[in-house]
Amino acid sequence: MTATTETRARMSFAHAAKDTAVITRRNLLRNIRLPQVLLFSTVQPVMFLLLFNYVFGGAIGQAIPPVAGGKYINWLVPGLLIQVAAFGAGQTAIGLTEDLDKGVIDRFRSLPMARSAVLAGRTFSDLIRNGFVITLMLTVGFLIGFRYQTSFIGMIGGMLVAMVFAYALSWVMATIGLLVKNPEAAQSAVFLPVFPLVFASSVFVPTQTMPDWLRTFADNQPITVTTNALRGLILGEGALLPGQTVAGQVALALAWALGILVIFAPLAVRVYRRAVG
Amino acid sequence: MAIVKVEKIVKTFGSVIALDGVSLEFEAGMIYGLLGPNGAGKTTLIRVLTTLLRPDSGRAWVAGVDVTADPTTARTKLGLAGQFAAVDDYQTGRENVEMVGRLYNLSRKEAKSRAAEVLERIDLEDAADRPVRTYSGGMRRRLDLAASMVGRPTVLFLDEPTTGVDPRSRMDIWSLIQDLVEAGTTILLTTQYLDEADQLAARVAVIDHGRLIKEGTPAELKETLGGAVVEVTVAEHNRERTIEALRRVAGEEPTFEAGSRKISIPAKDATLTLMEAVRALDAVDVHPGDLALRKPTLDDVFLSLTGHAAENKAVPNTPPGRGGSRRARSNQ
Repeated sequence: MTATTETRARMSFAHAAKDTAVITRRNLLRNIRLPQVLLFSTVQPVMFLLLFNYVFGGAIGQAIPPVAGGKYINWLVPGLLIQVAAFGAGQTAIGLTEDLDKGVIDRFRSLPMARSAVLAGRTFSDLIRNGFVITLMLTVGFLIGFRYQTSFIGMIGGMLVAMVFAYALSWVMATIGLLVKNPEAAQSAVFLPVFPLVFASSVFVPTQTMPDWLRTFADNQPITVTTNALRGLILGEGALLPGQTVAGQVALALAWALGILVIFAPLAVRVYRRAVG
Repeated sequence: MAIVKVEKIVKTFGSVIALDGVSLEFEAGMIYGLLGPNGAGKTTLIRVLTTLLRPDSGRAWVAGVDVTADPTTARTKLGLAGQFAAVDDYQTGRENVEMVGRLYNLSRKEAKSRAAEVLERIDLEDAADRPVRTYSGGMRRRLDLAASMVGRPTVLFLDEPTTGVDPRSRMDIWSLIQDLVEAGTTILLTTQYLDEADQLAARVAVIDHGRLIKEGTPAELKETLGGAVVEVTVAEHNRERTIEALRRVAGEEPTFEAGSRKISIPAKDATLTLMEAVRALDAVDVHPGDLALRKPTLDDVFLSLTGHAAENKAVPNTPPGRGGSRRARSNQ
């Protein structure tokens, strides 16, 4: 009895994994084959990197902690990794609403495939795409002078934290997309929470010069927490506020990601069921 | 045993009753037509049968499987081609079909060979390795159909398979559907085109406002009209007089179709009724532009069953239940 239940569970897991892989591959093909999607997800972040570095770098360079080695690019790159993760997560909402709109999700739901594969495949493919964009950003960053100040391991650790954060955000965006349902509305709906969170944070500038009320918010919101964790890993403890440790910031960032996942993954599944029923 | 059985299905969306206790059943190996205007409930019924939607009450079986109690098994028995071609622009035709095959749990190898088979069947093998964004509308619909067939479903559900395609592609899709049935698939198709149901379906259910109002073979449905129809077209200023004269001949209210400006009455005695009509019109000095005795179409059936015409083909955006024409009675 137990044996057959176990076999069935293993089979259904294999089934779900296969279906998720099929959907993930399909979603990734969209990124590779549609030139406008490829352009949007690669050129735009690189443009941000170049603009911020060369336009604001000189002015902001004075205000950043010495741990950055006097180079704004060193301060900027970890922050931008989080910025692209946040903006990139918006693609989850847009992809889902497009599939809803075109009847692709109806087709999937009429097939004997694992129910979980649509959302899992969507968030996985966005995770992979985000990993690619993060790697691209680091490469371009290196070309224009970015250097990690700790160790290679530290930098890889930073990339991983950024990807975990991006994955958690994908579920927030999935929820938003499934609530608004329509691709055009999703375009603007996803930027609504992302813009203020990205700018009222330590992504571009240290928070010290912000008014008190904003600084309190900025220092404690997930984008700043995660950005600081990345800076700790890539630049060292000097990038953090007095009293913070790298391990502590990383733990806090992962806790945020986990908290977001725990709330938004089940929520997205519920909204999905409602949106398609 | 019925291959599809629907028992008192009710589905409401807020205050809108989409399905109001529909029951029907049919045997394997045929094309069953679901006929009705936009908003009649056709798509809702398809969505219930393909497990996309849970009904508020009632039960339905596809290939012996209860779709609400065991949707997972039901999905292995059915194929769905929705109202819009749900194919990916950026994949090739072959990749689209293979992907659906994989999701039907075919192995990679099976999915490949099965995709090649259906692509040949729908005559898309030459275009199979091109991205779908280069396809015409008709090709997309055919590809969508191919995808719905790849898992060898027992019952295929086609929601308005020819809506929005050009006449040429429409004929292609018709002959494809006929081939499929000859090869043993059972098909439920919805349509708002009466000629489509007439051409393809062995049996037809007419639904309107979520209710089944008539069910039978196209011939049976036409018989309810009592055979042929006398159809007259006259100048506008003669319309009233013509309707009056024909009312006396038929002993009932003639039908006036505003779109085509045709006035018609049932020809109970075929040519005799026609001659009577000619005499009656001559007596009131009306000289028709056109006068004919014709076999009834499903249009006539629809008109007489529902009191309104099916979707006016010339005005595709007419709101549900408000066809472009009305019976003469409601116009006066």
